Amino acid sequence: MRIMRKLSAFLTAILLFTCFSAFSESDAFTEVYTYNYDYWEDLRESPNAYKVKTVIYSSTLGLDKPMQRPQSLFVKGDDMYVADTGNNRVLKLTLENGEFILDSIIDRVNGADVPTLSAPSDISVDNDGNIYIADKNNNRVVVMDSELNYVKQFTKPADSTFDQDASFLPNRIVTDSVGRLYVLADNVNKGLAKFEADTTFSGFIGANKVTVSMFEYIWKYYFLSDEQRAKSENAVPTRYENMYIDEEGFIYATNTVFSEYDLKWDNANPIRRINGIGDDILIKNDRYPPIGDYRWVDGTNNVNLGPSKFSDITVLEDDIYVAFDRTRGRLFGYDSQGVMLWAFGTRGNYEGAFNAGAGVSIEHMGRDLFCLDQTSSSITVFTPTEYGNLIYDANNAYVRGDYDGSADMWREALKYNANYNMAFRGIGRSLLRQSEYSEAMRYFKMAHDRINYGRAFRLYRKEWVEANIGWVIGILAAIIVFFVGRGLLKKMKFEVAMYERDHIVK
Amino acid sequence: MNATTSLNSSAEYKERGASGKRYFESLKYAKHVITHPFDGFWDLVHEHRGSVAAGTTFLVLFLITYVAKLMFTNFQFINAPLQYINVFEQCGSLLIPFLVLCLANWSLTTLFDGKGRFKDIYMAMCYALVPYIIIQLPLIIISNIITFDEASFYNVLMSFSVIWSVFLAFVGLMEVHDYGPARTVIFLLFTMLGACIIIFLVLVFFSLLSDAAGFFVSLYREIAFRLN
Repeated sequence: MRIMRKLSAFLTAILLFTCFSAFSESDAFTEVYTYNYDYWEDLRESPNAYKVKTVIYSSTLGLDKPMQRPQSLFVKGDDMYVADTGNNRVLKLTLENGEFILDSIIDRVNGADVPTLSAPSDISVDNDGNIYIADKNNNRVVVMDSELNYVKQFTKPADSTFDQDASFLPNRIVTDSVGRLYVLADNVNKGLAKFEADTTFSGFIGANKVTVSMFEYIWKYYFLSDEQRAKSENAVPTRYENMYIDEEGFIYATNTVFSEYDLKWDNANPIRRINGIGDDILIKNDRYPPIGDYRWVDGTNNVNLGPSKFSDITVLEDDIYVAFDRTRGRLFGYDSQGVMLWAFGTRGNYEGAFNAGAGVSIEHMGRDLFCLDQTSSSITVFTPTEYGNLIYDANNAYVRGDYDGSADMWREALKYNANYNMAFRGIGRSLLRQSEYSEAMRYFKMAHDRINYGRAFRLYRKEWVEANIGWVIGILAAIIVFFVGRGLLKKMKFEVAMYERDHIVK
Repeated sequence: MNATTSLNSSAEYKERGASGKRYFESLKYAKHVITHPFDGFWDLVHEHRGSVAAGTTFLVLFLITYVAKLMFTNFQFINAPLQYINVFEQCGSLLIPFLVLCLANWSLTTLFDGKGRFKDIYMAMCYALVPYIIIQLPLIIISNIITFDEASFYNVLMSFSVIWSVFLAFVGLMEVHDYGPARTVIFLLFTMLGACIIIFLVLVFFSLLSDAAGFFVSLYREIAFRLN
């Protein structure tokens, strides 16, 4: 009976053989804190790249009333701003002797028509020290100088591209080096609203393109009645969830509305790097695009939670970016080429875990990461471990052009984590530069890097041919001589036979 | 010299039976089949130039080629997860559809004027695999001396071997059954359907059988339990 079962299971397996997908969702994994994916999309536990340095609560700051649903963080220099949305104020913390202390509470704008704040949702500070606050329920982005005096405000654009019936609800803001302001507003799906420094609205950038497939079009316009068409869902571009502007002025934006199908074929682009004209220029040189988790089934209770949804993003040195997945409460780090450096985090109510449901806002100062948990109103400060620092250092050395130094650091990182593909690739690159081709090939093979392997192999092959050309040609010549000689011999024998036949018969 | 020229009638081929020499000649005949498929497949079956033993040899070689390809092709071209691959599973996943398709084709064509017996269909299909073997086996070696930039060379040969084999299978079926091309296409489509039905029936059969066996086992257990 067991054999029968096995046989029928085997036959079913064959029947399903064609239905394999590249991203298998059925494979469950057990919960690990820090991990990375290997070439086969298998989860590989890794040493911790980050550890909790401290957790900042309302009580540690000595606040008069505890933070209520704080929505966003902003870091400038040694100062950290927290949008304490529920209490209609912004907290300014400052770093002193390695600890954050409360510097001031901003709840008024001196000299403004409406001096109070109402549900501030985000903060940004420009290079001149002007503080921008997305004052959501006052329908404005208000700007004040460092002395908290009113400077200017950005209000609903009187422009036909902006829906005049909808109110202006700025949710996330960033400012660039020349004082331009980019706003992600609620109920606007045209992309980022761009304002010039003189508060004039200059249009939307980076809107999601709407694509309608041929079949969808034919179905909608030839088979549905007018009423059905009106009822069917309109194809609307999705809204970004959060953004961050890097030092070069590129905006990293996260997008959480997409179909799982698009994600698998790299059409969803959950993380984008938007340039001045609104194009996505994020580099994706790894085997898979940066989409967070590849495996979506939670190991402990076998539930498919679906794809990662990034609620915030921040950009560190050397274009390394870190995004927070609110589905599972995890942080994902990627390098400038889109290769996953590490992933860590989990959901829960202890240090290093997040109540991720409502979303977590992240920021960074140097290599330290701050995670503002909206539900528990606390800021967790993570600092890289030795292993985490090694990854950054090796990456930085490579970017600076110190390939050999980078390789030494990768060798060091391999001692912590022997499953780290990036390290194998880094060492291979350095060996390739030192003309150690066969060794480089070995490392590239371990990293599954076929392009670099090809490069190393081409040089290795050239070297090999140059060293062995003598006997290779010799053997080839011997083979040719052998066959030609045999042919000649046969021909001669044949001619002799013909001659003999002709003469003997006659 | 005389031996080859005199062996031109089918009766003589048949007479020679399963001797070793006939086996080697039927192996060698593959060269003619793959280069002159229309003539070759006709003679293969109707003039008894092929043998089931040679066909089976090609089938086994095909399976070996497939597995060797997964194992020894340079990782620049095929990066199979060797740690997860079960050789028998891989062979089964090729062999079972192959046999099921032969069976389905025979079941259908035998009802619709097909001249081929099951043996003939099997043999023709096996001979059609020859280009796959003779191109892909050397390709395994070639893959280890070319680089990723030269992949197009590898891919062209790869596709060429598959196209050639598929073409041979088509011509083979046409000649074996003495059908025209249109009829062969129609019967190929029906063969796919037939194969699905066969797999369905086999699955139903096995699941019913295991249910029935399970019933008797539990009946026995119940009785044994009561008697104690």
